[in-house]
Amino acid sequence: MRRPWARAAAVQAACVAITLFMAVPMYLIALAALSSRESLNRFPLPLLPTDLSTETMSAFLRSTGVVPAFLNSLQVGLGTLVLSLLVGVPAGWALARYAFRGKEPYQLFLLLTRALPIVVLSVPLAKVFLTSGLYDTTYAVTLLHTALALPTTVLITAAVFVGVPRDQEEAAMIFGATPVQAFLRVVVPQALPGVAAAAMFAFVLSWNEVLGATILTLNQRTLPAQVLSTLSDSPLAYRFAGGLALVLPALLFIALMRRYLLNMWGATLR
Amino acid sequence: MAEVVVRNLVKTYAASAHRATDDVSLEVADGEFVVLVGPSGCGKTTLLRMVAGLETPDSGTVHIGGRDVTGLPARQRRVSMVFQSYAIFPHMRVRQNIGFGLAMRKVDRQELERRVQRAAELLQLEDYLDRFPAQLSGGQRQRVAVARAIVVDADVLLMDEPLSNLDALLRLQFRTELKKLVRQLGTTTLYVTHDQAEAMSLGDRVAVMRDGRIAQIGTPLAVYDRPDEQFVGGFLGAPPMNFFPAQVRLRGADPQLVVGEDTWPAPAHLKAYADRSVLVGVRAENIQVTADPPAAGPGAQPGWSAAVVEVVEPTGAAVLLTVRLDTHQLKVQAPPGFPARPDDTVWLRSAPEMLRFFDPETSLALVTT
Repeated sequence: MRRPWARAAAVQAACVAITLFMAVPMYLIALAALSSRESLNRFPLPLLPTDLSTETMSAFLRSTGVVPAFLNSLQVGLGTLVLSLLVGVPAGWALARYAFRGKEPYQLFLLLTRALPIVVLSVPLAKVFLTSGLYDTTYAVTLLHTALALPTTVLITAAVFVGVPRDQEEAAMIFGATPVQAFLRVVVPQALPGVAAAAMFAFVLSWNEVLGATILTLNQRTLPAQVLSTLSDSPLAYRFAGGLALVLPALLFIALMRRYLLNMWGATLR
Repeated sequence: MAEVVVRNLVKTYAASAHRATDDVSLEVADGEFVVLVGPSGCGKTTLLRMVAGLETPDSGTVHIGGRDVTGLPARQRRVSMVFQSYAIFPHMRVRQNIGFGLAMRKVDRQELERRVQRAAELLQLEDYLDRFPAQLSGGQRQRVAVARAIVVDADVLLMDEPLSNLDALLRLQFRTELKKLVRQLGTTTLYVTHDQAEAMSLGDRVAVMRDGRIAQIGTPLAVYDRPDEQFVGGFLGAPPMNFFPAQVRLRGADPQLVVGEDTWPAPAHLKAYADRSVLVGVRAENIQVTADPPAAGPGAQPGWSAAVVEVVEPTGAAVLLTVRLDTHQLKVQAPPGFPARPDDTVWLRSAPEMLRFFDPETSLALVTT
């Protein structure tokens, strides 16, 4: 027979364990990236930030290709975010609000694009981009990432729009709103957290994607592609620095979007 | 303030073959409270939504205050509406919810504040103005929806089953309050419900709908006492009207009803239906019942029929008996404390003027007196 406090304690312990599982590697990477090269070779490794230095980080950032790759990644990530929302949100709206022929197959087809491995997709894509002159540009990578992010964007936003009852829009129109006003004042504010989640997902997906980006570019590498192709030959300290550079922007982005995800109105909807 | 005139409205939904409303005409006078009542799928909500401007009719017209609004969008019709699901906006505080209609119509700030405050007072929401809907109970959300609807001073107030999501006790309480409120405001109101008790208690007039048509419209008592068709009698009232077949026979010049082996006196106007079978309709409270056998033999009081009690349901204010008369089951309302048990024999009769007669083929009322 478990007591309530035991249960609560177990839940707390699980939360702490999961948090540690996520946070400890990040902490270690950050620690290593911000330590001098000598202290990394010391034994035993100090686990507290006693000997901070920016030497490793700045060396990493100064190395060839890192800053342009970082900018490329940012550009591709934001491009993917905008494009996938631009295409995905109206699609989600249509799925949520209208009954149309082929709705079910369409939803299934959306998921099918994710059924193919990126390797299989990338080679024909590289061929297409080579002939169309898009090869080795950030646009090519953006297009690939948008295609990868779209199914999730569409399905998430559709679910979000289903969550805003049609009644509320109708009520707004009864009380003097045009259809556009009803959408902007009633649907958009309620859909925003979900759309933010979809945006976040698209950005993080793009930021993390390595394989396609590696195949589709040579010089215009995104950060993960650059790090992957160069750092395997680099000293240990560089790898830590690269790791931190990869983690940090994604964390920052999530922290920024987080407030849209939390229930905005003092309590959960409904 | 305005009257609503609906003429020959026809609406067929794309996916279905039959008409949701079938050539419906209806007039609601200025300041009148009309209730549309009927079983689900009878077209009452569709009719209301066409008046609101949320559905477009296939043909027919809607006039509000003499203005043809058939082609106008909802926002230009000067109507307001309370939705079954409340449809209040969860991302706005109660204050903004109530003031939404005024804000959309660009009413100036002070005036808006004043009117929101007054509406909140009318519905006892003053203490909740700065809360979000999620922090309110179901009953309070309902009040917000009503406040939002009355604050705009619309020509016509439309209500689509506004009480159906409340629990029974709250529903009864809010029903009374709503009636008082609408009376104070004097707004023309069209109200949809599937609950016949709600319809009877609220409406100046009640329109009973069936299969996309208005079966009967009239004051609650007129519709209750003199149903035009069997369906109306069977839909209104708890328990619904009893129906059983009988033969009309002339005894001398007076018509009589033959029910099983008994004869009941019949009203004189039934003479025209001599030797035909009719469907008799009678309300449970219009049947007299006694547990003592009436004096038998010639010259004794005629018209008492023996029936066997099947179920006894005390309701507090009365005892509801389910009895078998000949082969027909009837509901009879007996006074409280009526001594009856299952399988007892009781005697029934009904005053001729309390009986209603219907054509067994068409189910329409034979004679309306």
